[in-house]
Amino acid sequence: MFGWLVWRDLILAWRRRADVLATLFFFVIVVSLFPLGIGPERETLKTIAPGVVWVAALLASMLSLGRMFGNDYQDGTLEQLLLTPQSTYLIVMGKTLAHWLVSELPLVIIAPVLGLQFGLSENSLAIIVLSLLLGTPVLSLVGSIGAALTLGLRAANVLVALLVLPLYIPVLIFGTGAVQASVNGTSPQAWLLLLAATVVLSLVFAPWATSAALKISVE
Amino acid sequence: MLEAINLSCVRGTRRLFKGLNFSATPGELVELRGENGSGKTSLLRILSGLATPAEGEVRWQGKNIRSLGEQYSGAVAYLAHQNGVKDELTAIENLRIASGVAGNALSKPQAQAILEQVGLSRQRNLPVRFLSAGQRRRVALARLLTSKATLWILDEVLTSLDDSAIKLSGQFIGDHLTNGGIAIIATHQELNLSADRVQQINLSQ
Repeated sequence: MFGWLVWRDLILAWRRRADVLATLFFFVIVVSLFPLGIGPERETLKTIAPGVVWVAALLASMLSLGRMFGNDYQDGTLEQLLLTPQSTYLIVMGKTLAHWLVSELPLVIIAPVLGLQFGLSENSLAIIVLSLLLGTPVLSLVGSIGAALTLGLRAANVLVALLVLPLYIPVLIFGTGAVQASVNGTSPQAWLLLLAATVVLSLVFAPWATSAALKISVE
Repeated sequence: MLEAINLSCVRGTRRLFKGLNFSATPGELVELRGENGSGKTSLLRILSGLATPAEGEVRWQGKNIRSLGEQYSGAVAYLAHQNGVKDELTAIENLRIASGVAGNALSKPQAQAILEQVGLSRQRNLPVRFLSAGQRRRVALARLLTSKATLWILDEVLTSLDDSAIKLSGQFIGDHLTNGGIAIIATHQELNLSADRVQQINLSQ
């Protein structure tokens, strides 16, 4: 059942791939604007790189959160999903996993290419990928709470940003901390462990909160 | 057996109905009538477990549906105003995915057979957004047929269906009742069902 659900969302994303590509290009463009705007000073670019990549990733994931449940809510398939004999927790997990695969994983993959513009070393690029790999699941998981709470509201996209961006702050701090550490030549291990802890924490609590929010929104 | 005990529903500041009691046993058809805005859809959503009543409770086999949770969802098939089909998917994909997610996956030939039953065999590989309103309703009807639910909750099932499809859905509902199912139907039209036991509930009083 879980497989069917993820498969469903992947097919739907493929049929609407323009939406997915828009998120990805938003990320690419935002990250690329900074070196253009700030100029080619190597040291400055290196210092701002972690923050720029991470903030862009947060903003890009904002764009896709509205679609997580929004389309299903509008055509009534969300109700049908909630009425299947599966726990809402599993449904939320499936949809979050699909969201991560479709909207977050591409960012992780393209990030090292963008990092090159900032003159980062190979080692730092690897840490960018690793920190995003650990951090983006949190973005999907925590974002799902906001997406579920704002279902069916007017200006849902703005509200999601206001609700969710503050919750993203720990991830932002740990993620940029890890990359910063490797740029400065120290070990990013502590930061990555903190990120991993955030993943575990949100994996346990976020789907539960999202399930509750979904039930309220559908009612 | 489904029991509704002392249900009341409040929408905003308006009380739609209160103190509603009824029960339905296997093989029974419950026809829900009432003018627009009398709370038919609200009642159906409460019965399906999607909404909670302001007062009262719904029991299934003697237990409150809140405590049954997913076990109850497995026994219910709900066809709402919205068809609950995905525009981007073809009819056959809609059917197979809906049944797969519900935990009783259909093979391709099985799904084709059901689409043939609802008269959509030629359109099965078209994305649903190219289908007419009535044809989409037929896809939703096909989804109903794939479910193993005992309790069918149907909201204006006949909307935008043509004569042959209306006859067909009457036949499906009849079969469902003969097999020991329960159907609760909100409708404005005459259903002309040959059900043994019919119960009418009128909400506009």
